[in-house]
Amino acid sequence: MEAFFRRHPVWAAIILIAAAAAAWLILAPWPPALEEALGRKRVFLNAVFSGITLGALYFLVASGFTLIFGLMRNVNLAHGSLYLLGGYIGYEVSDATGSWLLAFPVVFVIVAALGVVLQYVVFRRMEGEELRQTLVTIGLSVVVADILLWVWGGSSYQILTPDWLSGPMDLPVVAAVRENGDLVWLRYPQVRIWILIAAILLGVAMWLVMNRTRVGMLIRAGVDDREMLAASGVRIQLVFLGVFAFGAGLAGIAGIVGGTFQSLSPGEDTRFLLASLVVVIVGGMGSIPGAALGAVIIGLSEQIGLVYAPTYSVVFTFLIMAAVLAFRPQGLLGRSR
Amino acid sequence: MAVFDPFSPEAMAGRAKGAPQPMWVERVPVAVWVMAVVFLTMPAWAGTFWIFQVMGWSFILGMIALSLMFLAGYGGMVSLVQMTIAGLAGYMVAILGPTGTAAVSLGLPWYVYIPAAIVIAAAFGTLVGALAVRTDGIYTIMITLAIAAAFFYFTRQNYTIFNGYSGFNLVLPPALFGVDWRQPVPFYYLALGCAALCYGAVVYVARAPFGLALQGTRDNPRRMAALGFNVTAHRIFAYTFAGVIAALGGILLVWQNAQIAPGTAGLPAVFDILVIAVVGGMRRPEGAFIGAFIYVVLRTYSPDVLTAFGLSNERFKLLIGLGFLAIVFFSPDGVLGLWDRWRARARKRRDPLTGQPR
Repeated sequence: MEAFFRRHPVWAAIILIAAAAAAWLILAPWPPALEEALGRKRVFLNAVFSGITLGALYFLVASGFTLIFGLMRNVNLAHGSLYLLGGYIGYEVSDATGSWLLAFPVVFVIVAALGVVLQYVVFRRMEGEELRQTLVTIGLSVVVADILLWVWGGSSYQILTPDWLSGPMDLPVVAAVRENGDLVWLRYPQVRIWILIAAILLGVAMWLVMNRTRVGMLIRAGVDDREMLAASGVRIQLVFLGVFAFGAGLAGIAGIVGGTFQSLSPGEDTRFLLASLVVVIVGGMGSIPGAALGAVIIGLSEQIGLVYAPTYSVVFTFLIMAAVLAFRPQGLLGRSR
Repeated sequence: MAVFDPFSPEAMAGRAKGAPQPMWVERVPVAVWVMAVVFLTMPAWAGTFWIFQVMGWSFILGMIALSLMFLAGYGGMVSLVQMTIAGLAGYMVAILGPTGTAAVSLGLPWYVYIPAAIVIAAAFGTLVGALAVRTDGIYTIMITLAIAAAFFYFTRQNYTIFNGYSGFNLVLPPALFGVDWRQPVPFYYLALGCAALCYGAVVYVARAPFGLALQGTRDNPRRMAALGFNVTAHRIFAYTFAGVIAALGGILLVWQNAQIAPGTAGLPAVFDILVIAVVGGMRRPEGAFIGAFIYVVLRTYSPDVLTAFGLSNERFKLLIGLGFLAIVFFSPDGVLGLWDRWRARARKRRDPLTGQPR
């Protein structure tokens, strides 16, 4: 942190000013002039919170993608299919048992097992052939998408939020000021806030595992130089299996979250594949903090764009990606190799 | 050598030193003449469905796959954005030219909108190339795929330019020289002509200095840079060239379907182009057309086969996906690779001295 300030004083100042402006925009009641220019504050706040919670969902999908990519150099283009599969299985489980929470471990285990099968049967056989692995994942995504369409049809599903999570909650953020001076607090769907908290906890847990445990040490070493790691006696195939299973399971869990937030239908798999691609390109390939940063940036730009320029919001995402590629091809937090 | 190969080093050397140079007509392999006769006479003996739907579509998809094959085979850059460039060219024809969606289309004359569509699409291809060449290998796939997906969602979302979800219909080719180019026979010859032109251009460029330098940058970029070649510029120009080919294919595609919608350049279509190029084989330009032909025949006739096996005819995607997986598993260089290996094995079975089967 300190080193960053010392090396880039101008950038640090710009980032600080932008952060302060954003904090003021979110926390303070808006003066009338600003409301005239940008519309009601409630709309803006809703867009910001939708963006952050959508970013949490993107983080769940993209962190598995970036882990798998960083360690195995495998662009798993079937990641979106794992997401959609997880969502559908989660729907079936929560529909059959009536328990939303039960769906999470069940889906995680099933999709992670599928990931193990994929890694063990398919990708292990073509290790080092990056292009071929990528082509295989494309073929798999086509096949899985069609099987999902076969089984679950073309209609859209929504996973019901459990009673104890449904309904809005008050956030300590001022949405508007009444005529008589009372402050109106922002009301926001409870489930989204809890998902956001869960995603942050998961991100912190992943960071701790990666930086404070032996397994994390092995994974980081593998990201840097897997041949050397294998040569020093680590059974790297086991590490690969574990990471692939974990990444796939995360994608499956994200499917449940996505099915609760939004809905599940054919085509969602490519949407989340695009999201993970862009998040990972923007944040930096193979970096988990990068995935978190990229996810929040992309989620925010999508939602704010949707509110203020409805037919051009995808362009913002694209422009962010192009700008990152043009000035920092390795991604915001990625390391150049 | 038992089998005469006109491009083998011995034959090339013999040609350079040998007394009279053969005329260019003699240098064209027999297979090319046979294919030319078959294609040129096809409308005389094949039905209109076959020449318009199957062959016309094969040529179009083949051209788009050819642009991918050029980038991947000669430049080593697997770009998934070629279908998007084709889609953009088709959209430009629909936006600038006259269509059934008069509220959005501008209705310019053909000599404006056709060149404009090609130029805009090629410029877009160049821009994507300029972004994509900053990275290489699988990163190129990721970036181009992200751009392709972004284009799809943008066209679906944007109503002011791209007319959103419904797209454009009644996009018809101009009646040049008094010919209705959407009739099966004229369209067949139009598609055949464009495909042959693109094929010839790729074959020519592959042996021209630019193509050779591009293949050099594929094999060893550092060495090419040390030799004084501008690697980045070569790669970006390869994107431009491939963009022009893809744009031609896209314009023909929109004329054949007479409509264009976001799904035309959606991710399934993007993957289809990759499947076509991989199935055909990325080493040589013929592969793109062979892959396209296989794809179109499967796509046209698989419903009958699937119904015969008691499956819904929507399971066609499954068939294509499984076939693609099988090709990637067993023959990564596609059908052409299978053919080459079969020929090599057949050649090995003969005695190299006498040419007789062992």
